[in-house]
Amino acid sequence: MPVSTRVGPGDTELPVWRRRTSKAQLAIWFAWLIGVAVFVWCWLYISERTEWFFVYDAPRIAGDILGRATPPRWSYMEQLWKPLWDTVNVATLGTALSLLFAVPIAFLAARNTTPSTTFIRPIALLIIVSSRSINSLIWALLLVAIIGPGILAGTVAIALRSVGFCAKLLYEAIEEIDVNQVEAITATGARGSQVMSYGIVPQILPAFAGITVFRWDINIRESTVLGLVGAGGIGLQLQGSLNTLAWPQVALILIVIFIAVIISEWVSALVRRAII
Amino acid sequence: MTNATAEPVEIRRWRKPPAIERPWLRYGLLVGTLVYLYFAVGSYDVNWARVAEGLDRGWQFIKAFANPDFVSRKSDFIEGMTESIIMTVTSTVVGILISIPIALGAASNLAPLPIYIFCRAIIALSRALHEIIVAILMVAIFGFGPLAGFITLSFATIGFLAKLLAEDIEAMDKSQAEAIQATGASWLQWINYAVQPQVMPRLIGLSIYRLDINFRESAVLGLVGAGGIGATLNTAFDRYEFDTAAAIIITIIVIVMALEYLSSIIRARIQ
Repeated sequence: MPVSTRVGPGDTELPVWRRRTSKAQLAIWFAWLIGVAVFVWCWLYISERTEWFFVYDAPRIAGDILGRATPPRWSYMEQLWKPLWDTVNVATLGTALSLLFAVPIAFLAARNTTPSTTFIRPIALLIIVSSRSINSLIWALLLVAIIGPGILAGTVAIALRSVGFCAKLLYEAIEEIDVNQVEAITATGARGSQVMSYGIVPQILPAFAGITVFRWDINIRESTVLGLVGAGGIGLQLQGSLNTLAWPQVALILIVIFIAVIISEWVSALVRRAII
Repeated sequence: MTNATAEPVEIRRWRKPPAIERPWLRYGLLVGTLVYLYFAVGSYDVNWARVAEGLDRGWQFIKAFANPDFVSRKSDFIEGMTESIIMTVTSTVVGILISIPIALGAASNLAPLPIYIFCRAIIALSRALHEIIVAILMVAIFGFGPLAGFITLSFATIGFLAKLLAEDIEAMDKSQAEAIQATGASWLQWINYAVQPQVMPRLIGLSIYRLDINFRESAVLGLVGAGGIGATLNTAFDRYEFDTAAAIIITIIVIVMALEYLSSIIRARIQ
């Protein structure tokens, strides 16, 4: 037991309770020391690359921008409906497109449905990780370079990013299904495709719908900024307004994005509650 | 009683029950989806000639993955990656430190109503604004460089971490909290001995997960001038230097995979 002693009355040694041994305590302190040192070093690095003069000036500039941005230019709204419609389409069709790929990949990646754990499963997992590690803006950047600017590039970018997300959550759901139901269907002499449609699919359908709506909600948020790299939608207007320093328009666009995100979150919560 | 013709037996076959019971809703949804798809796809204005032209470039990009170029932009590459990693570490630490008090305030079983509403408002704001939009504003206010990225990521961390932590605090076991309260503990002691031990595993798990997310996000902040590898990546794409872009993307994937592996080990250990 980790104890140290103190001198009691009459030179007897009394044990004092401590949570850790001295060695463990020292190790923990040392880990903290390294952690703090790393943090301080990182901070110095950032500090070196910062013009502190601008930072001291920041409150004034923030106030200045706020002053210029209010009131928002409400009349600009009529030019925003089309980009907003594009944004919603990019998110929705992108999600739909991603599901076409995510579903087969999920079945190939799930331990209980994959045809081969040694060969196909790692490939499916690699696809999932690659898709997930790359932000949709980077995908958009790439696709704008390849297929040219426009909402098609945005849609494909959203789809490529969502494949990994949806496939990951879906294959986890597939791995958690109840085997008894699958066995019961198999025992009736069902073919592989019948086992799939009567034993597995009904079990993962709620999860599937939930994942779809959840990702759609995230995609609405992501597609609002894709225009910054030329992939269409309301971000294009944002970029244009920022470049011309039209702050009242920027304010209006930010308000529109905010409302769109809130509505999509509300819709997604509503649908998920209806399903579960 | 003449010939007793057997009544024709009604042949009934079992049919799978439909997913949506009400027929009008089922067909309504179907028609609605088709109408939406018609208009949505119709609003796409695609220059197919440009796409066909680009497919060749896409193939070059895929080939570039087999032969990534880490060397020719080495100094930009190292500089950008270091900056991304440093922004990730600092913003995660600061984000966690700020989100803990906000999470305590946003837990309905701990905080009085005005504080609860205030903290929930901060969380909602942080979650609704995309990182890139925040980064644009921060660059406008604080100037170019990693400081803007650091502030952006810290702010984004608050929305994520404080929300999930607050939900965990709300779901905690009440009896332990009551037991500590019964000993006459002060509020701070109560938080430290009743709440903190219950939510600590989740906090560590979420923090590592957020570290992973922050790294992924830090890779794009450079697009708007907020520091990190994104600026280098953007330049590489603009110059069609696909081999450099492939090198950067491969590095991002490897780091994310390493972080994910690390987080799975740590999470398995603390649970």
